[in-house]
Amino acid sequence: MAEKSGADILVETLLDLGVDTVFGYPGGAVLPIYDALYEHPKIKHILVRHEQAATHAAEGYARSTGKPGVVLVTSGPGATNAVTGITDALMDSIPMVVITGQVATNLIGTDAFQEADTIGITRHCTKHNYLVKKPSDLAHVVQEAFHIATQGRPGPVVIDIPKNVQVAAAEFSRHTAKGNSRYQPQTEGDFKAINSAAEMIMSAKAPILYTGGGIINSGPKASKTLRELAEMLGCPVTSTLMGLGAFPASSEQWLGMLGMHGTFEANMAMNKADLVVCLGARFDDRITGRLDAFSPHSKKIHVDIDRSSINKTIRVDLPVVGDVGRVMEQLIAVLKGRRFAKPDHEEWWSRIKGWRATKCLEYPESKKEIMPQLAIRRLWEATHEREPIITTEVGQHQMWAAQHFDFEKPNKWLTSGGLGTMGYGLPAAIGAQLGNPDALVIDIAGEASIQMNIQELGTATQYRLPVKIFILNNEYMGMVRQWQELTYESRYSNSYSDSLPDFVKLAESYDWTGIRIEDPADLDAGIKKMLETDGPVLVDCRVSKLANCFPMIPSGAAHTDMLLSAEDVLGTMDDQAKALV
Amino acid sequence: MHIQEEAVERHVLALLVDNEAGILARIAGMFTARGYNIDSLTVADISEDHAVSRITIATNGPPHVIEQIIAQLDRLVPVHSVRDLTESGPHVQRELALVKVAGKGENRIEAMRLADAYRARIVDASTESFIFEITGAPEKIEAFVALMREVGLVEVGRTGVVAVGRGPNAG
Repeated sequence: MAEKSGADILVETLLDLGVDTVFGYPGGAVLPIYDALYEHPKIKHILVRHEQAATHAAEGYARSTGKPGVVLVTSGPGATNAVTGITDALMDSIPMVVITGQVATNLIGTDAFQEADTIGITRHCTKHNYLVKKPSDLAHVVQEAFHIATQGRPGPVVIDIPKNVQVAAAEFSRHTAKGNSRYQPQTEGDFKAINSAAEMIMSAKAPILYTGGGIINSGPKASKTLRELAEMLGCPVTSTLMGLGAFPASSEQWLGMLGMHGTFEANMAMNKADLVVCLGARFDDRITGRLDAFSPHSKKIHVDIDRSSINKTIRVDLPVVGDVGRVMEQLIAVLKGRRFAKPDHEEWWSRIKGWRATKCLEYPESKKEIMPQLAIRRLWEATHEREPIITTEVGQHQMWAAQHFDFEKPNKWLTSGGLGTMGYGLPAAIGAQLGNPDALVIDIAGEASIQMNIQELGTATQYRLPVKIFILNNEYMGMVRQWQELTYESRYSNSYSDSLPDFVKLAESYDWTGIRIEDPADLDAGIKKMLETDGPVLVDCRVSKLANCFPMIPSGAAHTDMLLSAEDVLGTMDDQAKALV
Repeated sequence: MHIQEEAVERHVLALLVDNEAGILARIAGMFTARGYNIDSLTVADISEDHAVSRITIATNGPPHVIEQIIAQLDRLVPVHSVRDLTESGPHVQRELALVKVAGKGENRIEAMRLADAYRARIVDASTESFIFEITGAPEKIEAFVALMREVGLVEVGRTGVVAVGRGPNAG
């Protein structure tokens, strides 16, 4: 066997694993790897402007293609800048492998230049991490890292490689037998549990499917299986923020998103259901609201590939550990075997019809200013036939997008759910565009969030990516302002976006096209111009400054205590509610 | 507003883990990150090829937290198995302590008498001090240390609990 440097072993192993795109930023401790990449044009390296953006771009790439995202950054500040995106990927179960440079092994622990304890810092924001001390360990570690990142509940894995390990040589052959990994998650559901689930479904009078990001992670086949299962059961379907697109919004059975900014009908149906089937979701606090009032009359089935998600906050009657796509297939087979006939659930649907009649997503109309909800709906109307990929930042615009932009297919909706990371949307759109060169990719943004990774305009320019940014500009950190109205009697402490740049000029300085929309009468024309313009376009859409996002379950409240409009807002809360996030 | 506390129970967990760098930090850090308690933690390599370590953790928490602790430990990649010895039936728990006592006259004699009653061994002696070695369940050690306080306790070193399930099978 021939000897190769650690850097070459790394790059060749990445090629073996089918890696075609790496998001990164060079620096002293990764120079040997960058030099090896120079020899391997098959791996496309995307030079971002900040390491955090590399991680979000990798997330966008992963979430829209189903393949793991790969990041390459240097030691010290390179690694610490990547931590936010790594944590984001952990919270939202995104497969990602992050390669960080490290100072040479003999310098570790000496406070060397650009040294940080990357392994220590990332231990609890990764699914697993490695410090590679010998070049001969590299191939196996990289293979196992990809296995761990993608199998079971996906997540980020960090590989920290000291500079001398990148330079030193070890024997390597591209066809070295791959060892069995010690990580073998359970994908098949327990047969007895599936049978019990079938029985619970057969006796339910008011069942509901509560679906989540696990269905997206399981692959497009799981979304098809969900449609088949829902069709078979004839029951309503709701989803978390992360699960949007797994079930078509155009279906009669679709209730919309549930939880804090979910629909009235979804939350009421969860509250009154006699059976909740949780498929690849995790009873997050944005979903449950007040725990002791969450779906109080229902039996609960929880299908999750991660055993630690089960009974974490909500006790369930029947846990099923396994891949949600596979478990749904098993469940369908058992139901068919038992000659399950689709029930009509007439009474249940008539109650749902009553809740739907509140038309909870309606908002006040205005001729003078652009309502943000309208802007999103018009954007949907203008683009939905092209099946766009939508990314978002975090805040009101994100919730409005979730409420008013309908999705028919999985992998089209990329948002930071668990960690709620402002600055996610633009780099994620860049990653998604690279993974889907022909797709229409739009970052629906707010004027505050977009500034958190605004430097990535340059990345899109460099790689000629026709990304569109649609900023709902209300000159406020709108969600913060909304909470201050709800809780602190409208004392707007630091939530005003002062000293904003001229976004149109800013876009133009990066060689983007900039468009400003100010009048409701110009909304459609502005959107049309954005879509007809080749290359990247930034739209500064000036919207109603004080519009708020409803419906809303205020913190600490039950699903039945939704605020439907601004008239329901009291302006203060007790300390118990104030203490909740 | 006041913060509510729940009733807790003590559990002893036995883990088999890959004997690799950072495994202890990974486990201890998971406990702090999620706000769980560690009463004691012992770790030693137990396999012939030094590839596997056994970690014994005594922890406490409400039952639903104990269940989460086990699930969270179980999903760490280097953790092969987690067994709740408290839950899975009868088991033997032992801890070793070294207890130094100093004094003269009646206290010195009393310390020796008590050590004898507790089957503690003298492993070091000077004209004014003893070091006792005592092995047993944690309650026995606590009782012994409490008695020694009255007759001139100087310092105590404890190993933390190790535990093994009863019967012919491995956990």
